Amino acid sequence: MRRAEIVTAFILGILSIYLMWKSGEAPDWNPDISRFDNIGLIEGEGPGSGFWPFWLSFIMLICSVWIGINWYRRTSPPSQSDEEFLDGYGRRMLFVVGGGLFGFLILIEIAGFYAAILAFMIYYVRFLGRHSWWATLSISFGLVIACFFFFDIAMRIVLPKGLSEPLFIPLYEMFL
Amino acid sequence: MDVIASLMNGILVALEPINLGLAIVGVIVGLFVGAMPGLGSVNGVAILLPFTFVIQGFTGGATSPMIFLASIYYGAMYGGAISSITLGIPGASTAVATTFDGRPLALAGKAHIALVAAALASFAGGTVSNVMFTAFAPLLAAVALSFGDPEVFALMLLAFATFVGLGGDDIPKTIFSICIGLVLATVGFDIVSGEPRLIFFDITGFSHGIRFLVLAIGVYGIGEMLWTINTSRHGSSMSNVDVTARAVIDAIKEFRHAWRGTVIGSFLGFFVGILPAAGATPGSLMAYGVAKLTSRNPNEYGKGSIDGVAAPEAANNSASTGAMLPMMTLGIPGSPTTAVLLAGMVIWGLQPGPLLFTDQPDFVWPLIGSFYISNVIAVLINLAFIPVFLWMLRMPFTILAPLIFVLSLVGTFAAYQDMFDVWLMVIVGVCAFFLRLLDYPVAPAVLAIVLGPIAEPKLRQSLLFSDGDFMIFFNRPIAGPITIIAIVLILLPLFKLIRDKIRQTA
Repeated sequence: MRRAEIVTAFILGILSIYLMWKSGEAPDWNPDISRFDNIGLIEGEGPGSGFWPFWLSFIMLICSVWIGINWYRRTSPPSQSDEEFLDGYGRRMLFVVGGGLFGFLILIEIAGFYAAILAFMIYYVRFLGRHSWWATLSISFGLVIACFFFFDIAMRIVLPKGLSEPLFIPLYEMFL
Repeated sequence: MDVIASLMNGILVALEPINLGLAIVGVIVGLFVGAMPGLGSVNGVAILLPFTFVIQGFTGGATSPMIFLASIYYGAMYGGAISSITLGIPGASTAVATTFDGRPLALAGKAHIALVAAALASFAGGTVSNVMFTAFAPLLAAVALSFGDPEVFALMLLAFATFVGLGGDDIPKTIFSICIGLVLATVGFDIVSGEPRLIFFDITGFSHGIRFLVLAIGVYGIGEMLWTINTSRHGSSMSNVDVTARAVIDAIKEFRHAWRGTVIGSFLGFFVGILPAAGATPGSLMAYGVAKLTSRNPNEYGKGSIDGVAAPEAANNSASTGAMLPMMTLGIPGSPTTAVLLAGMVIWGLQPGPLLFTDQPDFVWPLIGSFYISNVIAVLINLAFIPVFLWMLRMPFTILAPLIFVLSLVGTFAAYQDMFDVWLMVIVGVCAFFLRLLDYPVAPAVLAIVLGPIAEPKLRQSLLFSDGDFMIFFNRPIAGPITIIAIVLILLPLFKLIRDKIRQTA
């Protein structure tokens, strides 16, 4: 945990510097404005567009240094802890659940929301939760049907269907 | 006396069978829409606006359609708390602050106490705001108008100052969290100069900015769920849910401990609600911050304080009524939902503004009467359905967790219909999980992204007005005291540190 604390503070410090640099960016269409011209007060216009994000990022940088000092002085709980940042269970959980979530997202892009919901629910309820096939399929199909009728039919919010689009055409003809 | 007589007449009209029926249906629809992650009152009111033309065709006036829409608004304000407490996902942005203590109460097997507190605090907030609306509408509209840019910025600064107390003891992490929330709120096109800002890696999805709900659902849907799975080792952590009528009655008795949060939320929420461009979300967040800051036991907040549920719930209901005040008396909507309601009024041939109360009493008073009726209907339906809401918590965790993940993804897409937001929400959730492991408070970042888009233009306009002189925040009669209080609050931890050092050396 102690090492993770200082590594995170360092990354957040770098992020703060990047945000300061990015806040000072001049718009492409105006060659008269150079980088960091917009972070102060502009005559007749008040604060420039980069004023607010630049100085807030500067405060973030100070906070990152402050967190680093607290780490050195061992005053914050994570800087005193010898525990692992993520133990074996945590790493496995992140791989299985986090990986499943990103798989869910990729599947949405390919096969649409409803097919992806079905696949994710079966993956989670049956293979991670070890529930019976009967429970798995009834919950998964029940959720898909409920979502379809609530979003697509009642609220008229059409969820992306991807490759599964042709399957929904008869349903649209029936209910819309 | 005129006011009371007009109100009584209005309540009688609101109690006519058709209007009462519409109010009941509206409250139920609003509850459902409010409880769905990603959808809030604005979605419900906007989507059902076309249905009101059917109602108008049937009843012949603007009163019944408006009662229907106002009831949806009310129901949604109550509904947002349901998913915040039972699932840990804010049903709407107005219910984010309810998650802070509602979720820990649910995890401790006290979800019924949180749901009862949310319902009763919402009722109290709604009642206080209705009375204030009825009695002081024109006067309060004038007070709200006297709040210029420096005053609103000072108020926002005060809200940020209360956040410092929200993040526990680690001050640099709390300040970092506030600042990153404020910086993320600036992503997209600058509304003053039109220049693009912080468009990371030229990804076009950032040009519309990072939306509040994306961050809120990411942090509280994905991040919270990953954290719960990691700490509970996939076990059910929400057991012992007692759903007997006796338990609900006991929870009602327990509500007496939440009176302070309810009072703060009811009055502060109403006042923030009437400020143009503020609304129920900042109102509920500020009420939570102030309730914590003034509490004798601030350490209980975030761990399952009933006051921490009552304050934001009273505030969001109170603010939703408050937001109707500038809409009706000045024609200025105080929130996105009231902007849709205003559009409805204009479509039905009404002219919101100072003359509405005198020119259209047959419309105004039944509408105000329906606020009272909807408030009573909403609290009764809420209390009656608590066992149904708690049923969600009895599900095995390995079914509840994927359900929450699916609702988070679908809810995020439904809110903006943009897959970029769905990806961003998941990435934000994973980052929030890692930061939480290291004790970074994520709540202040979520709160800051709400207030950022209000605070920044007010600061810039104030400085433009004063030629860059920061004294504008100190030398005005309303802004000055608020700014000084905010600065004292920000420096309070430093004073405590110095005091402790002196005690140690002495």
